[in-house]
Amino acid sequence: MELSTHKNDQPIIGTDEKVVSPWLEAWISFKKNKLAVIGAFIVIFFILVAIFAPLIAPYTFKEQMLSNRLLPPSSDHWFGTDDFGRDIFSRVVYGARISLWVGFLAVLGSIVVGCLLGILAGYYGKWVDTIISRTFDIMLAFPSILLAIAIVAVLGPSLRNALIAIAIINIPNFGRLIRSRVLTVKQEEYIMAAKAVGMKNSRILFHHVLPNSMAPIIVQGTLAIATAIIEAAALGFLGLGAEAPNPEWGKMLADARTFLIQAPWTMIFPGLAIMLTVLGFNLMGDGLRDALDPRMKN
Amino acid sequence: MTDVLLKVDNLKKYFPITGGLFGKTVGHVKAVDDVSFYVRKGETLGLVGESGCGKSTTGRVLMRLLEATEGKVVFEDQELTSLNANAMRKMRKEIQMVFQDPFASLNPRHTVEKILEEPLIVHGIGDKEERKRRVIEMLEVVGLSSYHAKRYPHQFSGGQRQRIGIARALMTKPKLIIADEPVSALDVSIQSQVLNLLEDLQKDFGLTYIFIAHDLGVVKHISDRVGVMYLGRLVEITESEKLYDKPLHPYTRALLDSIPIPDPDVKKDRELLSGDLPSPSNPPLGCAFHTRCRDCMDVCKTTRPEMKEVEPGHFAACHLY
Repeated sequence: MELSTHKNDQPIIGTDEKVVSPWLEAWISFKKNKLAVIGAFIVIFFILVAIFAPLIAPYTFKEQMLSNRLLPPSSDHWFGTDDFGRDIFSRVVYGARISLWVGFLAVLGSIVVGCLLGILAGYYGKWVDTIISRTFDIMLAFPSILLAIAIVAVLGPSLRNALIAIAIINIPNFGRLIRSRVLTVKQEEYIMAAKAVGMKNSRILFHHVLPNSMAPIIVQGTLAIATAIIEAAALGFLGLGAEAPNPEWGKMLADARTFLIQAPWTMIFPGLAIMLTVLGFNLMGDGLRDALDPRMKN
Repeated sequence: MTDVLLKVDNLKKYFPITGGLFGKTVGHVKAVDDVSFYVRKGETLGLVGESGCGKSTTGRVLMRLLEATEGKVVFEDQELTSLNANAMRKMRKEIQMVFQDPFASLNPRHTVEKILEEPLIVHGIGDKEERKRRVIEMLEVVGLSSYHAKRYPHQFSGGQRQRIGIARALMTKPKLIIADEPVSALDVSIQSQVLNLLEDLQKDFGLTYIFIAHDLGVVKHISDRVGVMYLGRLVEITESEKLYDKPLHPYTRALLDSIPIPDPDVKKDRELLSGDLPSPSNPPLGCAFHTRCRDCMDVCKTTRPEMKEVEPGHFAACHLY
């Protein structure tokens, strides 16, 4: 085989001046997805409502006016009032704080713990993997809400314990996800290259393996917030979540159950709020999946 | 010999085959089976062989990306296989690797600058400013430009990526570079550019190469000495010209004969290989090549041939000599 001796004369390909990072690329493709953008808007809307609740709500969430019990929606009380004469609109607005808080915090907790365990299991393998993975299997063998109920029952019913329970039951989902990502990324040649350069395991894990495993975590995280909100509402509905005056949406539903025929607005609006928030997170999560999943590209 | 940079003695790498209910070891794949050679300072040693002959595994065992089953690797009077993990990590400053697939060996989420800076950070070389300057310098050394530093790997062509891979290997100023099929994933037109770059760098930086490839043409172009591997064993090793002019081992002859001649009128008595590569988990007794060898004798089926110096500086493992 004859080899020509040209040197350094190859055209420099890709001289377009705009440098596109992988994250920016994902954002561009996310923006094109209409449903995802709608989802993002819903999520942002509820986040703003939660932040500015005191400004938006005309009444406080515990202000009782017993003379105004079970009033239908009107210009004074947009969503009507409940059986204690509390303004439902104000309660739904304040409820956004609780639900989003629980959703974000619980998912953040399970991501942190899940990622740590998943990385250990995936990168070190062997008995570390066996112990962690089998524990995940055991946790996943229970229906998640049942496990959450059991955990709250042990810890005692309160909003904080409901949050902890939701965080715990979501750990195996993230742990497994990150473990499988780590197993894939570990085989990549750039990890071999990182080792050949002389990097420590910890540096390889946090600078190379983790960033390349982040995309599915973000997607799963967004979808998990939706589930966590439903789970928090379910625990609240069962009386295992938020305590009495707190306007937790699930608890509002439970309290309103008795008046379903008489005063349907007491259920409709908290229910609608749950539905919309969850829908928003789900749409956004699906959009993120399309934008971040390399298999969907090209 | 004082000018030997790397000496490999009886290197073995067996991969266990597990099977059965409890995953017990039922056999071994002998990827590298008793290989010995040395590399002199400043030379290029080519390692050639078919797919699965263990040449890449040899490279990785030398770097201790895979742990050797047996044998010694001595780099500048320092035995590598017995070093602890941390000492070996520091040793990698001196021995670097260029990988086969330029698309897979660069982290897609890092900019070129970060990729090149990282070896310096890891080995604690220079301060921030100095590192940035070294990155720009190195980009120019490998024929790229400073404005490429902020780009991501996917914005480059295969040849350019391989230049980045080479630049990364050079960042810590290593003495030895193990190039694992560095051009086999590239277009032929780009291959020659990258090979020339490697040769220029060798002159400029006084590098020593172990060049792993399956393409004899490429190896001839770049190597001072060439080792031929078959089924995890080294069958012949000598200077490049000697190997190409007068191959001793029947396997080397067959390999050289298998190079296509770009002239349809040339008729040549070719010694082509027939049959398949035997399984490395169950290599043939005696000489590993006897199942496909033209000159197979009875002794070949029973006794494994030792490496012999048939002519000065020309070693072959064959019972014919």
